[in-house]
Amino acid sequence: MTELSLETHGLTRENLLAIDYFLRLTRTLEERLVALFRQAKVIGGLYRSLGQEGESVAAAYALDYKQGDVVQPLIRNMGSILVAGAKPSDIIKQYMAKADSPTRGRELNIHFGHPDRDGFIGQISMLGDMIPVMAGITLAGRMQKRNLVGMAFIGDGASSTGAFYEGMNFATVQRLPLVVILENNGYAYSTPTAKQSAVKTLADKAHAFGCASEVVDGNDVLATYAAAKRAVDRARAGEGVTLIEAKTFRIKGHAEHDNQAYVPSALIEEWSAKDPVVRFEKALVDAGLAATSDFDAIQARVRSEVDTATDEAERSPMPRPEEAALGLFAGDGYWGKG
Amino acid sequence: MPVTTYVDAIREAMIEEMRRDPRVFLIGEDVGSYGGAFKTSAGMIDEFGPGRVIDTPISEVAIVGAASGAALMGMRPIAEMQFIDFITCAYDMLVNFTATSRYRVGSSCPIVVRGPAGGGTHGGPFHSLNPEAMFMNRPGIKIVAPGTAYDAKGLLKAAIRDDDPVLFIEHKFLYRRIKEDLPSEDYVVPIGKANVRRTGKDITIITWGAMIYVADDAAADLANDGVSAEVIDLRSIIPFDEEAILNSVAKTNRVIILHEAPLTGGAGAEFAARIAEKAFDYLDAPVKRVAALDVPTPYSPPLEAAALPDKARVLAAARELLRY
Repeated sequence: MTELSLETHGLTRENLLAIDYFLRLTRTLEERLVALFRQAKVIGGLYRSLGQEGESVAAAYALDYKQGDVVQPLIRNMGSILVAGAKPSDIIKQYMAKADSPTRGRELNIHFGHPDRDGFIGQISMLGDMIPVMAGITLAGRMQKRNLVGMAFIGDGASSTGAFYEGMNFATVQRLPLVVILENNGYAYSTPTAKQSAVKTLADKAHAFGCASEVVDGNDVLATYAAAKRAVDRARAGEGVTLIEAKTFRIKGHAEHDNQAYVPSALIEEWSAKDPVVRFEKALVDAGLAATSDFDAIQARVRSEVDTATDEAERSPMPRPEEAALGLFAGDGYWGKG
Repeated sequence: MPVTTYVDAIREAMIEEMRRDPRVFLIGEDVGSYGGAFKTSAGMIDEFGPGRVIDTPISEVAIVGAASGAALMGMRPIAEMQFIDFITCAYDMLVNFTATSRYRVGSSCPIVVRGPAGGGTHGGPFHSLNPEAMFMNRPGIKIVAPGTAYDAKGLLKAAIRDDDPVLFIEHKFLYRRIKEDLPSEDYVVPIGKANVRRTGKDITIITWGAMIYVADDAAADLANDGVSAEVIDLRSIIPFDEEAILNSVAKTNRVIILHEAPLTGGAGAEFAARIAEKAFDYLDAPVKRVAALDVPTPYSPPLEAAALPDKARVLAAARELLRY
């Protein structure tokens, strides 16, 4: 197993245990969603981030949500919105298409969140589109003199889109406070990164924009946090965009239906041995910053929170069909002042 | 009252709204010190600075995407397409992200996307688009298409103040050909309300944009023949003034829908269907559409003139309906 840096980058023990809490919450909540999926209670697809929780949580932990910072996940970054304050019950309700889910049953999974109210904004399925949108969110923050930073997650596959290039180019020209985490998890659905891009490493795409870039081991929680924090600090200081390539691996298929027979099993074994949560916790124990009993306590808390959230979501009603026609425009008042 | 061109009416609306509301800003290609390809934003950067009159790369996805992101944060962006044809480059962003934002997740995304549309200027296939129909079947974006300077100013103000995204279709043929006395005080033209330009009792011509003048000319010729034509300037395509359409049809019993976009799948098809569904008993003749040929807009003047609808075709349609 790769050793983890023991440098804690200014994080206190409390911070480190909070990160562990979010890592375990992400994994446990996803495991619960798998159980609900198998009971046919999840209506749509289910997309796991197993093995990638480390970079989602660690990068998002570098933002300051009280300052108004905004994180924008892709489908495998549920951990990032939990860090930003998303409620597990809301996520389960989203997957179960419930009436009192944040989108009242209109949208899927983690496609929800308002950048100003919630500190996170869900993606749309047209990959790449959120980079220009995040440029606009950070542009507005600058116009409003709020000194906020935006963080956008993008994948190896989505970095092939035109919208990614247009958004990165515009954000860099405007020197916007935007950090882009390009998670290279090896596959976009069934397509390996080598068939996606011919660059040596995806961070090289930064040369097309003229922004700062960095490559980090995405399964090293502390190294990912440190890289993200450097980029966030640069952004807040007015030094513009950073593209961080986080090298990681998708341990599960594209979605629950996909057994990913196209991925060599040796690769899955190799990366499973680099599990970010296991590595992080081992590093904390080795450094004398935590003991197994701490993780047990965190896991008990996480389990209880996920149980409570599941019960709440299961009790929630499905939407009333009459609502399908409402809420397109402001005029009908469906969403309140939204 | 000062005489104002259609293009100056648009600029005045932007300037007055930017003075009124610090959340309003303009973003687009060459809108800053150059003042826009059609000088629609001439001088605005001097008053508002590069922070509120933002020059962008050639990047329609970034323009519409950044405007949308800023709108979610409480701003009121005006995104300029240098020619409205280029909105197709940002079609994905606009119909999938912007237009769905409220319905999907309850987030207001009040941007205005505006730009010069339409033919008659020998712009060829990529500088002549009339884009309304391609947005009508993607719910969530309002569509307006003013034909007068008064409506251009009043509808743009209404669009900027609206809590939802609005596609503001300017007709560039009208930019400097149309001059009107405009009120000096602040006014808005409500989105969704048609304007009866000319009242009549024998036949109704429903139209919008630059075609209102073709309809006017046809109505004048018909009047010489003793036929009283009513001309309705729809002004708003989404939402559209169904009541004005049905009231007119109930009165005249004959209707032509005239638009500059191609016939097949055009906005006129929707209005014709609505009339058939809700006013069939009032009709003395079939609903007739006069529209462009089903071709990209060609460049050479004789070809362009043949592709676009004109007075002669409106008159031929009217006479056919009157004979029916």
